[in-house]
Amino acid sequence: MVEAADSGSKPLLSPDGIRTDGRKIDEMRKVKMEVGLLKNCSGSAYIEQGKTKIIVAVHGPREAHPKHLAQPGRAILRTRYHMAPFSTSDRKSPAPSRREIEITKVIREALEPAVMLDEFPKTSIDVFIEVLQADAGTRSAGITAAALALAEAGIPMRDMVAAVAVGKLEGRVVMDLNEEEDEHGQADMPVAMMPNVNRITLLQLNGRLTRAEFEEGLSMARRGVDQLYEMQKQALREKYTSSEPAQEED
Amino acid sequence: MDSVNSISEAASLRLRDLNAVLATGVREDGRKLDEYRNIDIKTNLYEKADGSAMVRIGNTVAVAGIKIARGAPFPDTPNDGVLTVSLELLPHASPDFEPGPPDEGAIEMSRVVDRGLRESKSIKYNELCIIPGKSVWIIYVDVYALDHDGNLQDAAGLAALAAVLTAKLPEVKIEGDTVTELETKRPIPIVETPVPVTVAKVGDHLLVDPSAAEEEVSSVRVTMTTIESGVVASIQKSGSDSITMEEALKIYDLAFARAKEIRGKLTAALGVSPA
Repeated sequence: MVEAADSGSKPLLSPDGIRTDGRKIDEMRKVKMEVGLLKNCSGSAYIEQGKTKIIVAVHGPREAHPKHLAQPGRAILRTRYHMAPFSTSDRKSPAPSRREIEITKVIREALEPAVMLDEFPKTSIDVFIEVLQADAGTRSAGITAAALALAEAGIPMRDMVAAVAVGKLEGRVVMDLNEEEDEHGQADMPVAMMPNVNRITLLQLNGRLTRAEFEEGLSMARRGVDQLYEMQKQALREKYTSSEPAQEED
Repeated sequence: MDSVNSISEAASLRLRDLNAVLATGVREDGRKLDEYRNIDIKTNLYEKADGSAMVRIGNTVAVAGIKIARGAPFPDTPNDGVLTVSLELLPHASPDFEPGPPDEGAIEMSRVVDRGLRESKSIKYNELCIIPGKSVWIIYVDVYALDHDGNLQDAAGLAALAAVLTAKLPEVKIEGDTVTELETKRPIPIVETPVPVTVAKVGDHLLVDPSAAEEEVSSVRVTMTTIESGVVASIQKSGSDSITMEEALKIYDLAFARAKEIRGKLTAALGVSPA
């Protein structure tokens, strides 16, 4: 078959494998993580991945509300993925879009395998992911930050969760798409994993991959998750080894 | 915010039973683990629609209708037509489905159908352009779930695909900015057949085309849409559990193999294949 070439626009990948922002094929954008920056929640985290900027707050475990949602044997995990109206080039309506509702669901299902919900019957653990600036990879960066915020909240977890989107540009599989690459590239595949138990908790694909590219994409995502996991550990260490007094728990 | 749909106590007991049955390599309805149910496809059911199809997978039924209208293109794709998919889980399909705004599950299912069809780039959107920047064909695909016995995702996706493959849009005469629709019609320009196949994980087993009873106890479902060449054009993992990388690749192999068989049935039933 013929792969639809991106006609008309400048190439997203130079012949020697350099991307429009100067990155190599398997190079992640610059990532910054910070843990525990909000005072009024159980846990919080901030992540910058390239120009994508996201803040996550975790409340709970707390009494499930409304009460009928409470489960006798375990906590419920509730998530909200939301984009700020100012996070995109054109103002985004603050009302949750169908896209945000779907992403909210897949993010919750990406975190659930890691969170030990059985430990907190009848309660709710609430994860609020607010995208302050969107430049592709928001669901994956949101998951990476949400796992950090859950860890800071002291919620027992089987493993951390980290996520990255791999994609395809000019027929090559690449790490961590930026917005331009996401818009004009040939594929976008966000992957979340639990790095120690080596399991996939989120998997989506938009675009076209051969079986070999799919396999290569999964391996590349695995390497990206490893890098993010190291940064997550570092961010948590910094929080707990800093000279500031520990935040009080309520 | 939506709460978790957990596997209930009763379901977890059923899972224990089912896991033991599946270990023998046969499912409750007699199928092998990698076996799809019978598929029945009917098209051109509604004269007033520009295309329509009803797909049965076992006892699961979905119907898709297409309406085509002229409209303005999106500013960022001035030379491309538009395809929009929406899906409703009718109360007819299950006592659990309520009329009214779709819940997150219905929204997800609808977006997965849409992605499989739209993002596969199998439809030649530039051939749906009438006057660049001004007028293009907009293809509305509305899918109804009519009866739910598991795997509504594939039923909805196949109904949408069959309707697109058999829909007709009018030829036009263009004079300046005036567009006149002619009596003659042409098919929607689609060059491949993106077929969705859903695989559910129940216990340690991967089950192709899950029934409602199997879905109830499954922890994860993965839908992969593949085209003739083996390219995978959309993936969605759904459900509160994880899979291994090996399972992801196994699911691809299952999805591609079953899609090939379904594609054969589809072209036989429709008497048309992509250009």
